[in-house]
Amino acid sequence: MMPQNEFIQRDRSRHPPALTPDYKTSVLRSPRLALWSLQNSLSEMTGPVFGQEELGPLDNDLILNYAKTGEPIGERTIVHGRVLDENGRGVPGALVEVWQANAGGRYRHRNDTYLAPIDPNFGGCGRMITDETGAYAFRTVKPGAYPFRNHVNSWRPAHIHFSLSGSGFAQRLITQMYFEGDPLIPKDSILGTLPDPAARQRLVALLDLNAAVPLDSLAYRFDIVLRGTRSTLFENKLQGN
Amino acid sequence: MMPKMTPKMAPQLDYFQETPSQTAGPYVHIGLIPHQAGFDIFEKPFGNKLAGPDTPGEHIGVEGRVLDGLGAPCRDVLLEIWQANTAGRYNHPADRQIGKALDTGFRGWGRTGTDFATGLYRFETVKPGAVVGRRGHKPMAPHVNLWLAARGINIGLATRIYFEDEKALNEQDPVLRMVEPAERRETLLARREEREGAVVYVFDIRLQGERETLFFDV
Repeated sequence: MMPQNEFIQRDRSRHPPALTPDYKTSVLRSPRLALWSLQNSLSEMTGPVFGQEELGPLDNDLILNYAKTGEPIGERTIVHGRVLDENGRGVPGALVEVWQANAGGRYRHRNDTYLAPIDPNFGGCGRMITDETGAYAFRTVKPGAYPFRNHVNSWRPAHIHFSLSGSGFAQRLITQMYFEGDPLIPKDSILGTLPDPAARQRLVALLDLNAAVPLDSLAYRFDIVLRGTRSTLFENKLQGN
Repeated sequence: MMPKMTPKMAPQLDYFQETPSQTAGPYVHIGLIPHQAGFDIFEKPFGNKLAGPDTPGEHIGVEGRVLDGLGAPCRDVLLEIWQANTAGRYNHPADRQIGKALDTGFRGWGRTGTDFATGLYRFETVKPGAVVGRRGHKPMAPHVNLWLAARGINIGLATRIYFEDEKALNEQDPVLRMVEPAERRETLLARREEREGAVVYVFDIRLQGERETLFFDV
């Protein structure tokens, strides 16, 4: 039998359009023709399955997973939240991957030439699989702001990149998390690609003192919503759900 | 005069809304393919080899470049593929096609980045078999689902790779058949090459402009 788990249509007005000239690189990298709408088949409804045994015990601990001579310098921070779908259900087994700059805004990447130094004890990436409730958590140092060549004086707010794989390839999502209260947030050309201020707000993680570890780490909470599945009430399925 | 209805005043259903997308940025490799960023960190990294020597099926390479609106290769793109095995079955619990063997050793997924120098990407996999079509439709021709993200791309782009030497099946494919005009359909066909006995399908992606690749809203 065919599975009955087609995804709810993506609301593209909640996402950035492809062409956003204030973020200059998008000018030559945005399709000019319309997307071709495709109803879900098995190709879209299925996706890769990941297992806990593929991950190492420190993969979600950015304070320890690249520690060489000591621990990284910076604001010790826990980031946690739940991965939910549009029906409000937790998404278990989702692969969450994160990457970020160090406390000074420098990335461990051969193409990053920013003059702030590399931290010898910080790699800047982690990964985890959500538990049966859709919860995830990782530990890191808070990233610094950094300049980028967009306008002459463009600075990215502190942010952590997130990559999400749910149960279907059509749920694939990459986004960025920002930190509550950062004054660079309203000036950012990349967060500014989102037309809806409410959608922008969704990417700002809130300080979560309840999850902080006293005398150890602050915490931020960031919930993520992936596409939900459509409830197919009457389509080759007269008996309902 | 009726008051203007704003979204705020409209009654709300209690669905959640998908988290908005943001660009993967130029340093996507750090998180998803750290070796390319210049360091190794995870014991078992994800990569571009989907098939091992024992994987049943025709072993193929899939390679190409991603070109921007000026025809210049984009050298910082992340690409992922998702495909069925040689029998046409996805390694996923929702695939309950009958009579098609599941190969648990073949996940059907891989990721890679375009090379910083040449702009080339490459996957090593097997050619997928035909998969059942959407309810009531004919089987889909063999295809590989491709998703890409990069600096300057605000939301990941989805497309499909079909094989130019599957002419008969392509003509019956329910997705290709709906694409008009034919020139747009052709942007989804990979070119078959043989190099010292190895089969390579070349699939270039044009983000914008002349012969722009067809991208799907899936």
